[in-house]
Amino acid sequence: MEMSGLSLLTVTLFLPMVGLTILMFLNEEKQRNAIRWTTLGFSIATFLMTLVLWSLHDPANPGLQFVQRNDWLPTFGVSYYVGMDGLSLILLLLTTFIMILAVLSSFTSHIFEERGREKLYYMFMLLLEWAMMGVFVAQDLVIFYIFWEVTLVPMYFLVGIWGGDNRVYAAVKFFLYTMAGSILMLLAVLYVGGNAQTFAVPEIVAQIQSGALVLPFDGLFSTQSFLFLGFLIAFAIKVPIFPFHSWLPDAHVQAPTAGSVILAGVLLKMGTYGIIRFCLPMFPEASVAWAPFVGTLGVIGIIYGAWVSYAQKDIKKLVAYSSVSHMGFVVIGIFSLNAAGMQGAVLQMVNHGISTGGLFLLVGMLYERRHTKDINAYGGIWKALPFFGALSLIITLSSMGLPGLNGFVGEFTILLGTFGSQTLGFTFALFSTLGVILAAIYMLYMFQKVFLGELDKEENKHLHPMAWSEITVLVTVVVLIFWIGVQPSMWFHMVDASTKSIIDGVAHFAPQITAMLK
Amino acid sequence: MTTPTLSELNIGATLPAVLLAVGTIFLLMVDIFLPKERRHLTAWLALAGVGISFVLTLANFKNQSYALADMFVADPFSSFMNMIVLISTALTVLLGIDYMRRTGIARGEFWSLLLLSTSGVMFMASANDLIVVFIALELLSIPLYVMAAFRSNNAKSEEAGMKYFILGAFSSAFFVYGAALIYGATGTTNLPEIFTAVAGITSTGGASLAYLLVGAGLIIVALGFKVAVVPFHMWTPDVYEGAPTPVTAFMSVGAKIGGFAALLRVLVTALPALAAGQSPDPVWQNTVMIIAALTMIVGNFVAVSQSNLKRMLAYSSIAHAGYILMAVAAAGNPLQSDAAAKAALVYLLSYAFTNIGAFAVVLAIEKNDGSGIELSNLIGLARSKPILAAMMAVFMLSLTGIPLTAGFTGKWFIFQSAISANLFPLAIIGVLTSVVSAFYYMRVVVNMYLTDGAGDPAEGATPYVNWAVYASFAGVVVLGLFPILAVNLTDAVTLVALNVR
Repeated sequence: MEMSGLSLLTVTLFLPMVGLTILMFLNEEKQRNAIRWTTLGFSIATFLMTLVLWSLHDPANPGLQFVQRNDWLPTFGVSYYVGMDGLSLILLLLTTFIMILAVLSSFTSHIFEERGREKLYYMFMLLLEWAMMGVFVAQDLVIFYIFWEVTLVPMYFLVGIWGGDNRVYAAVKFFLYTMAGSILMLLAVLYVGGNAQTFAVPEIVAQIQSGALVLPFDGLFSTQSFLFLGFLIAFAIKVPIFPFHSWLPDAHVQAPTAGSVILAGVLLKMGTYGIIRFCLPMFPEASVAWAPFVGTLGVIGIIYGAWVSYAQKDIKKLVAYSSVSHMGFVVIGIFSLNAAGMQGAVLQMVNHGISTGGLFLLVGMLYERRHTKDINAYGGIWKALPFFGALSLIITLSSMGLPGLNGFVGEFTILLGTFGSQTLGFTFALFSTLGVILAAIYMLYMFQKVFLGELDKEENKHLHPMAWSEITVLVTVVVLIFWIGVQPSMWFHMVDASTKSIIDGVAHFAPQITAMLK
Repeated sequence: MTTPTLSELNIGATLPAVLLAVGTIFLLMVDIFLPKERRHLTAWLALAGVGISFVLTLANFKNQSYALADMFVADPFSSFMNMIVLISTALTVLLGIDYMRRTGIARGEFWSLLLLSTSGVMFMASANDLIVVFIALELLSIPLYVMAAFRSNNAKSEEAGMKYFILGAFSSAFFVYGAALIYGATGTTNLPEIFTAVAGITSTGGASLAYLLVGAGLIIVALGFKVAVVPFHMWTPDVYEGAPTPVTAFMSVGAKIGGFAALLRVLVTALPALAAGQSPDPVWQNTVMIIAALTMIVGNFVAVSQSNLKRMLAYSSIAHAGYILMAVAAAGNPLQSDAAAKAALVYLLSYAFTNIGAFAVVLAIEKNDGSGIELSNLIGLARSKPILAAMMAVFMLSLTGIPLTAGFTGKWFIFQSAISANLFPLAIIGVLTSVVSAFYYMRVVVNMYLTDGAGDPAEGATPYVNWAVYASFAGVVVLGLFPILAVNLTDAVTLVALNVR
């Protein structure tokens, strides 16, 4: 097996762990500021490193770049194998960017006055960043599984220690729910790896493409389908795809602001990333066969999420259910199994991370000021904090998918892809469009209830002005919203080659499957 | 029959186990002559004995030789088992020194009994003959009965000793009867010779086959008692709860090591070809599979409703026996038997570190009268004892099987062997019950970290106990990060009777 030297990607990946190690030696009481600035410093440094990776990345090359591979357990064919293509890159950028927002938003948070343990909090944040980045760059199934499971632990503690009143229930539910899904994936991982004699994903995919490894497929319930479902259920719980979403509102509502931002911004994307990276290339026949079913669940998620969102009195819950709806778009984009749908899905993953992350930041800022998430407690906030209101309007509109902003580009491309898809087609596109309209209803309802109207409640008249860190965070989000909205081609270009190669891999098997199922 | 010469006996190969047994007698004599205020020296002498035996084991790790007229085999399998049990014994000594003193039950004999039981486990791992298995079983068990009842003025401890003794006596009887039937069918008690005889018997069938089947069944029952698998687990929670905590820690690991070593030897070395009907797979595979499934389900589900930490860990140890039994079932597949045995070895090593670590933390918060070990006593431990709590959290994650801990390495290998042997339903039951186990392990973490409270002062966390916790923690993390270290040691392990001479 080839051994390779230290790759820049590994250096970037392990930067947060260096930060975590430094944090360990800082004193909780005496060095509060040092703890905060070390965390921020390392998250910014990690982000800058991903920018460097971006500048060195060759978008025309669909293969893995910055590859590093070292033996870890050669007896089983497991290696520390990391590498990135355009798909990994765009999600790395998202992860490290969201992480800075999350850390910054924690600076003004009141949770530490109640719960303390600030050092532990930032240690978990850095651990989480490391694990999430690992998920996006791991190219070995076991290493991927390790990173995937490790993300559970810090998130569990973030929700459980610094969450709302019902935090223990939410944390345990999150942990058990996600673990139940991923542990079935472990069995599928072990089966595939055991048969391929290696756990390296590119090698497994090459074996499948060349016919050297055959995972028997003869219908919706055959070996390959079960393996596909083993992976898919783990990912579907993370996304979450309807009906696996019930952990999400609890976790979101109870999590501290930074936790919600990371959850919505990055963790959910691990699910859709997993589908693109593992399900489609390793189980192409099953993916084609199951596409209409998963697509149906995606559409149900779009409409159901929007519907339930509209009924919420709790702003955070409203935003949480809107995630179910938005991620439904990503799912149908992926299972369109064509270039447009896939690219739209990838961009929509980023868009949702930025917009919904932004919405959770807004909710967090409101909560810090008023200590309530009840939508009826607000009204006329625009008059109290006009700048805040303006920024909020842009983020809300982006989440709705207003043309000119980022959300539109993603959803439009997905619908285009769905419409022209062999697997999904016109009906799916039609019902999904309904979701866009519903999104406008519940988003505008929220905005109107919170920001517009008369400033008639006494408590709302003297809100704390915005802190510098809050302004920085929101302005950055808004800038990105515009940037992606007016110049989407740059982002599409980044993932163009890698998504095409994945689609081509599936398309190679698609015709005979479609024929077989007819 | 001629008397074998010394060189034919090959005493050298047996040294790690024999030395420990001889050391026990030495220890008993020394203890009498030590003045009362220096009795703690006995513990250190015991530790030294364990250390010497450990070095001897490592020095001859990959040797493969027979001793004592083919009744004893020293091979990488037994070396690995010896290594695990010696580590467990050493950790138990560290746990026991202060504990026995503060609970007022310090006696020199305790250390002799501990070493005697350890040497029993080692003989069991090396047994190449049903008679040796039986003697080792008794050598392992009888000291444990006494140790379980060591807190002699406490009713629960006496109940533990009594219960363990009576059920242990039953299981010994089962074993002897099973061994007798196998002898009746094959005319030998030597494991490789049984292997040779079985092939002929299965093809001809008849009464001999029936004897063999019943005999194998009885042996599975007897060893099932020792490793505490369902439905032979009833004694476990009571004995684990009543016995002094260091004894529980040792019992939960040592007795299982011995039991599984014998189970693997008897089933894989002697009876792999015990097939009936058309199927080439051994008949015991189905039995073991059913027991494994039941054990995982019952152990994990009942553990959920426990509030006493020792009882919870008792049921958890039952569940873990189920996971190891999954590897035993996988070893029934002739192509997978070595891989499955290796998986069981790695699992036992991970389990030993994790479980002893967990018991060490329980021991640290235990009061002198044996109370204070309810789940609620853990509330706020993260504030009062942050390091101890962090390590307990890692032990719990490891028992759950979360990556980067030893527990994941163990579960990974076990599941891999089960899948390679095509035992899919068993593997699925295994992973789903792991999720159930996450619930009660996480409850420990919830109490330590997520629930606010004053926190236990953990007065039992003396320096020795802390060392034991740190050592276990190091073992858990190293095995989680570098599983290759354990895998390399299992490289040469083979149980299949290729070595029939």
